[in-house]
Amino acid sequence: MYPKDLRYTKDHEWIRMDGDEGTVGITHYAQEALGDIVFIELPEQDDSFDAGDVIGSIESVKAVSDILIPVGGTVTAANSALEDAPETINADPYGEGWICRIDVRDDGELEDLMDAAQYQEFLKEVEE
Amino acid sequence: MTADDLPLKKTPLNAAHRKLGGKMVPFVGWEMPLQFSGVVAEHMAVRTAAGLFDVSHMGEIIVTGSEAQTFLQRISSNNVAKLVPGKIQYAGLLYPEGTLVDDLLIYCFDEDRYFTVVNAANYDKDCEFMREHADACVGVDCATERYAQIALQGPLAVEILRPLTSVDIDEMKYYRFVEGEVDGAPAIVSRTGYTGEDGFEIYTAPENAEPLWFKLIEAGEPHGLVPCGLAARDTLRLEAKLLLYGNDMDETTTVLEADLGKYLKFKKPLDFHGKELLLRQKKEGVERKLVGFEMVDRAIARHGYTVFVGGRQFGTVGSGSYAPFLKKNIGLTYLPIEATEVGTEFEIEVRGKRQRARVVETPFYKRER
Repeated sequence: MYPKDLRYTKDHEWIRMDGDEGTVGITHYAQEALGDIVFIELPEQDDSFDAGDVIGSIESVKAVSDILIPVGGTVTAANSALEDAPETINADPYGEGWICRIDVRDDGELEDLMDAAQYQEFLKEVEE
Repeated sequence: MTADDLPLKKTPLNAAHRKLGGKMVPFVGWEMPLQFSGVVAEHMAVRTAAGLFDVSHMGEIIVTGSEAQTFLQRISSNNVAKLVPGKIQYAGLLYPEGTLVDDLLIYCFDEDRYFTVVNAANYDKDCEFMREHADACVGVDCATERYAQIALQGPLAVEILRPLTSVDIDEMKYYRFVEGEVDGAPAIVSRTGYTGEDGFEIYTAPENAEPLWFKLIEAGEPHGLVPCGLAARDTLRLEAKLLLYGNDMDETTTVLEADLGKYLKFKKPLDFHGKELLLRQKKEGVERKLVGFEMVDRAIARHGYTVFVGGRQFGTVGSGSYAPFLKKNIGLTYLPIEATEVGTEFEIEVRGKRQRARVVETPFYKRER
């Protein structure tokens, strides 16, 4: 449910690091809370952001949710397959449902994020 | 104490919904299931097989007496005299000024007995309105607590219901109803619905609701029947261009502006609320009209988003959503009459950015018959 190799934000995004490259998506909790995802607005390649910036949005039938970038960086790729099949995020939020890849500016910022255990604790509080 | 402090009303099926994993949400003072397996799955089930909806929150107002028909003629847009026992009609409920109080279904039990079904959100308002305008010899019985209502909708609805009822549903025409038994309990069964599919609405006493619900679930499962929530109810009705009072019409709209002219009958024998104004509006033409639209740009337009025609602001979107069967982003909104021709492009502001939309033919979806 909450892969151990990822780091998590309070807004339910995750980031997986591979050297300086991070892959970003939303968590199982987020996709479940949203319900059937029917639309995504992706960031564009070469867009630069600071940690916490809005980089796009995800919409379900009933709700709109901003996507916030977990750490600062530049977009190197966006998962355009999601535009025609946004429901992939529901089906596979950590795999095929990846949203974008970024060139992380400062991997020190990763320390500010939660690990899997911390995120699960955080979810318990959210649910109360 | 405000409306927010009052506890939510529960339908007789509340426990059943929780048992089936319904995601419960507040809706006009009621606790209702938003979805069970997911809005897209539920929507598609209704279009291809069947879905089951708890609509017990809807209001029922029974109008009786020798003057019942006269009274209903005065306050509704349609011609009640066209009804015979067993027949149903859709109409607008009209203020004396000719604008809409609500939309409703009128079931004719007899010349002096009518069963009206109104929106949950307007039940108190409609009761007050009817009581205010009824004279002493018209009975207005606000009866919502006495009726649970379940809607079984989809191409396989007949298959599923047939073995459970004494009513001959194969013979039942659309917008007709019969009193009979379903699952051994007395019920009113009508061939009506809010989805654009074939289907039935079943009215029964609250104590029968839960056993009936589970019986239908059990009988329907092999056919692909799933329980459905409010989210699917809304996407289904939108595709079928069925209006939602509050979104697509309100106290400032007339039936002509709402494109419901089909349900306005001037030739009815008696005077009715707003007749003068509506006649004039029919003669001179409306200044604005409700149209269906499709998004041209990649965006979802939602209720309340600002509409721009020729760069100038013109109200806000009535209803808008992603349509799961059509796989398009559609909606309903009022436009100035000169902009209502099919193909006309206009703009909707979606989170700060203007996105193009285009007027299209409606209904967006029509079932095969």
